[in-house]
Amino acid sequence: MTSLLNALPGAVSQGLIWGIMAIGVYITFRVLDIADLTVDGSLATGGATCIMLIRAGLNPWVALLIAFAVGMIAGFVTGILHTKCGIPAILAGILTQLSLYSINLRIMESKANQPVSVDKYPLLVSSRHVGGFTLKNPIFLMIIIAIVLITVLYWFFGTEKGCSIRATGANSNMARAQGINTNSNKILGLMLSNGLVAVSGALLAQYQGSADVNMGRGAIVIGLAAVIIGEVIFGKIFKQFWLTLLAVVIGAVIYYVVLQLVLMMGLNTNDLKMLTAVIVAIFLAIPFWKNKIAGKRLGKKEASKDA
Amino acid sequence: MLELINVNKTFNVGTANEKKALDNLSLTLNDEDFVTVIGGNGAGKSTMLNAIAGTFRIDSGSIILDGMNITSLPEHKRAAFLGRVFQDPQMGTAPSMMIEENMALAARRGQRRGLSWGISEAERTQYYELLKSFDLGLEDRMTTKVGILSGGQRQALTLLMATIKKPKFLLLDEHTAALDPKTAAKVLALSEEIVTREKLTTLMITHNMKDAIRYGNRLVMMDEGRIVLDISGEAKKKLTVAELLAKFSEASGHDETSDKMLLS
Ligand SMILES: Nc1ncnc2c1ncn2[C@@H]1O[C@H](COP(=O)(O)OP(=O)(O)OP(=O)(O)O)[C@@H](O)[C@H]1O
Ligand SMILES: [Mg+2]
Repeated sequence: MTSLLNALPGAVSQGLIWGIMAIGVYITFRVLDIADLTVDGSLATGGATCIMLIRAGLNPWVALLIAFAVGMIAGFVTGILHTKCGIPAILAGILTQLSLYSINLRIMESKANQPVSVDKYPLLVSSRHVGGFTLKNPIFLMIIIAIVLITVLYWFFGTEKGCSIRATGANSNMARAQGINTNSNKILGLMLSNGLVAVSGALLAQYQGSADVNMGRGAIVIGLAAVIIGEVIFGKIFKQFWLTLLAVVIGAVIYYVVLQLVLMMGLNTNDLKMLTAVIVAIFLAIPFWKNKIAGKRLGKKEASKDA
Repeated sequence: MLELINVNKTFNVGTANEKKALDNLSLTLNDEDFVTVIGGNGAGKSTMLNAIAGTFRIDSGSIILDGMNITSLPEHKRAAFLGRVFQDPQMGTAPSMMIEENMALAARRGQRRGLSWGISEAERTQYYELLKSFDLGLEDRMTTKVGILSGGQRQALTLLMATIKKPKFLLLDEHTAALDPKTAAKVLALSEEIVTREKLTTLMITHNMKDAIRYGNRLVMMDEGRIVLDISGEAKKKLTVAELLAKFSEASGHDETSDKMLLS
């Protein structure tokens, strides 16, 4: 029990960092209705960019902003491949993700891993400070960043521009009939999403003290897990947009806390990814199964009426 | 004035499903024309409307609006002067957005969308009054998601959205076909009221002969991607359903009984 309490702050910090990533996934997966696999690459790009810039002596906040911009470029590329070259969104994301692997290695000067020491650089968050009750504790900063982001996104998706992105995802046919350029809105949404994912990667790399070329592997599944956990637990009570975003962040935190629990119960770390995939697959399938069962029941009723 | 000049469109070129949907079609719509469009299934009626709306590129020919060539203008830009209601009630609205949000989206058709708030308080009161005048009981449900509305309510809302910002042209594609007779009559009456009040140039596709005769000042009949009949003014007012069916067989050379099945 005490070991769980000791591990809890770390799990919450990581969950909050991944929560930003999950908000990015929410924007593509739920708002735009696109499954964007760019994120596996752009998460690492954000980490790599930020760490290399911090090592070069740049202020971590500036490095974070630049990571955001670089993530947006990645989203832009996927958007162009999808809308201007007619490549299905999933494939467009995979193509960008693959090329990002090479780019990330370039950014990290051909090394698969680049460390950044909290003793040498003024990192924004670090797992080193996770225990103490000080302002350096990453949980404080991450909560503030999450609140700011949710506020800004709530504002943005309420503006005319944000509404047109939502309409594009909800019914692109209707959006075009109302004069909305659905292609440019998809690109914009993908840029925003990948920018946030890169920010998450930048914070994650600082937190764990290094950028790794493989840090984004399977990130999309973790992001989806957070989105789905948030929806399953809070979907019925959280209706407003900002609450939905909050639910996504809390979903990521829950994911990491539960992960910590099963690890302590003796699960092999190597089996983690499969466990996550299975859980996400089940939750994605539930709405489909529900419909099917409801359909069967209806069919039976109709049949008995005819008889 | 809207002119379609020798418009051609073939779908699935070079496959077994190749289909010439528009065959050298020409049509001139004068301002304030209210044209009803009839024709059998697959005659090309929807394709003609979609060609005007810019859903796809036409193969050849031109589309001229008030002297401006809009043949290669993308769909979202043409929307600035078009209001559309589709046959499928699902197509015209964003289901996951509120009624008022859908209306606000439509009210900004043809405008640049920036970072000002997506809907203002003044608009809310305006929409409330509008919905009230529609008498569908939607004015007190403005923050309801459109996805839970009935087909008829959605079609009425789509009609309202198509005209909330006065369009140059209103394109109605069998917009009452999916509704029960009572709701269909109501939405149709609303359509006519708006078209008359706003003096909108309108194309309305219908499979109902009586409606085609009763509404509008002009009637065109399509067959195999062409216009085979174009009647307006007094001649149109005097039309009867029987005459129309006879004219259809005459113009298209089909046998009358099968046309009856297609048209009635
Ligand atoms: N997107 C498309 N791809 C392939 N074929 C199409 C497409 N749209 C229409 N067609 C074909 O073009 C022809 C004309 O179709 P259209 O929808 O214009 O007919 P319609 O007159 O509206 O008929 P209905 O009364 O059934 O709505 C049909 O044969 C149809 O199968
Ligand atoms: Mg049709």
